[in-house]
Amino acid sequence: MARVELALGPCFFNWPADDMADFYARIADEAPVDRVYLGEVICGKRMPFSDPIWPGLIERLERAGKTVVVSMLALPTTVRERKAMQELAGLDRAVEINDFSAIAARADRPSVAGPFLNIYNEVALAALAKRGIECWCPTVELPLSSITAMARACPKVEVELFAFGRLPLAVSGRCTHARLHGLNKDSCGFVCEQDPDGMEVSTLDERAFLAANGIQTLSAGVQCVLMTTEALQDAGIRRLRLSPQAVDMVAAARFYRALLDGELTPAETESCLSELSLPGEPCNAYLNGEPGWQNVAV
Amino acid sequence: MAAGQSAELVCPAGTPAALRAAVEAGAHAVYCGFRNETNARNFPGLNFSEAELADGVAFAHARGARVFVTVNTFARAGAVELWQRAVDAAAGAGADAILAADLAVLDHAATQHPDLRLHLSVQAAAGTPEAIGFYAETFGIKRAVLPRVLSVEEIAKLNSEIDVETEVFVFGGLCVMAEGRCALSSYATGKSPNLTGVCSPPSHVDYIEEDGVMTAKLGGFTIDRFEAGEPAGYPTLCKGRFIANGCASHLFEDPVSLNAAELLVSLYRAGACAFKIEGRQRGKAYVAQVVSAFRAAVDSLDDDEAAAAVAERLAALSEGGRQTAGAYQKVWR
Repeated sequence: MARVELALGPCFFNWPADDMADFYARIADEAPVDRVYLGEVICGKRMPFSDPIWPGLIERLERAGKTVVVSMLALPTTVRERKAMQELAGLDRAVEINDFSAIAARADRPSVAGPFLNIYNEVALAALAKRGIECWCPTVELPLSSITAMARACPKVEVELFAFGRLPLAVSGRCTHARLHGLNKDSCGFVCEQDPDGMEVSTLDERAFLAANGIQTLSAGVQCVLMTTEALQDAGIRRLRLSPQAVDMVAAARFYRALLDGELTPAETESCLSELSLPGEPCNAYLNGEPGWQNVAV
Repeated sequence: MAAGQSAELVCPAGTPAALRAAVEAGAHAVYCGFRNETNARNFPGLNFSEAELADGVAFAHARGARVFVTVNTFARAGAVELWQRAVDAAAGAGADAILAADLAVLDHAATQHPDLRLHLSVQAAAGTPEAIGFYAETFGIKRAVLPRVLSVEEIAKLNSEIDVETEVFVFGGLCVMAEGRCALSSYATGKSPNLTGVCSPPSHVDYIEEDGVMTAKLGGFTIDRFEAGEPAGYPTLCKGRFIANGCASHLFEDPVSLNAAELLVSLYRAGACAFKIEGRQRGKAYVAQVVSAFRAAVDSLDDDEAAAAVAERLAALSEGGRQTAGAYQKVWR
């Protein structure tokens, strides 16, 4: 039985550059992940802070044997964001595309289709495979039945399932963090830095619901897909993506590796993960085509 | 667009009656969809059968108006034929353009109906020259409906860098999130614009009254509460009140609607060639009223004084609700 790999997705949150550098250094040294995505995905205004740390981290991660993929913005809008996107698209290394803006600039070189791209059927996936897409992380609301049907129809595209972390649900032209603080996006004071797991958004009866991260809205719940290697392979999944949260991600990666290696059962893995002080309740029901916040037997 | 026409007014038609009302009120074009999950307003009691569409097209064409057909949801894996059939049916009914966002739908329209105009739906959320360029080169789109995240200045810059037409929303409902890039509704209910053509669906709404307070819920989540005597609004997820940082507020957006009437001239000068009114769920009386006011505004685009008079008339059409110019003004962000 072939191995199901693990990937660490791009960090959505505005962590200080030093914390970000420490985080990836530890991932390089200790986390049993095969692939690491890095780069700013949410807000171009954060790029000047994190850009200087990436080259050194890429080298360090590659030295540690990880495949490194540079992730691109989900909603490039400004001239600066578009210019950054063009530069990254021109890189002679794997990149993750999160907006159709980057497809042409990428000129059919090998790329990953990230979860912000709207790919809902086998015809769309096949069309992008012809444009260089070799790996696809489905948008999080897509049910497993659709993912499996698409994986079967496009066997050359590796499917990487969003398996752990708060679900990326929406992006906007407006910055929720700035709005709450009485600011606007162009003069935001980088207030999103205050919430390393996203800002809790509860209902008026104080039920955890969503999380805000600048222009992004995530789930309050934490996606925890706990399927065995056999079940994943039956579903056409080649790799699981763990999305960085401000918890011990090395431990989370070890639990997932143990699950995939058959050393932990799904129930044992869930119990181990729950001890990491996750920012929300586990959820997974999108995979069954049900409301994404629910936690069900998949 | 007809010769001599300054900008095209594109109006909603949720029903055959609304289509006729819009055309009679002066719509240059109407947009509508089939009664199934292929269109992004898949609500009960709305939309067109194939025969109704053919009749609507005949009615509109006889009065010099065009009909655009929305096949603008994302085709379900393993069921792409349903979306392809919708494109074929629209072409068969004599539609003037197809609005689509999904690569599978765009590809089918471009290859099977190369003479039919293809417009990129707002559900594709293409707001850069690069994204619009991708769809233009790959599928030959003639027009892009712009996502509601751009300012007037950005629209002007965008139009200077592309050679397809752009259409902008000017009135009606307002998505806070980039269209087609939002799964909030499915997180709460399992149903969303991209998956099933609905957002915050009525089937998942509950109003619960307790001690004089009305709670509006969606999928079991409290979206807003209303005191006695306060009108209870519909629980559209992104317009709800939530608690963040200890403070209850309309966190994402106030319960406002878009009204860019005062910006029509600026938008026109920024290169937008068509103005779109949202509201396929609206009745024919509302459609007729809004369309006739906007038609007057569009006809007076080159006359600043006349435009200001029309803007006042339009401001009165919000049914008492608050309005915003949205992202067209940069401070909205």
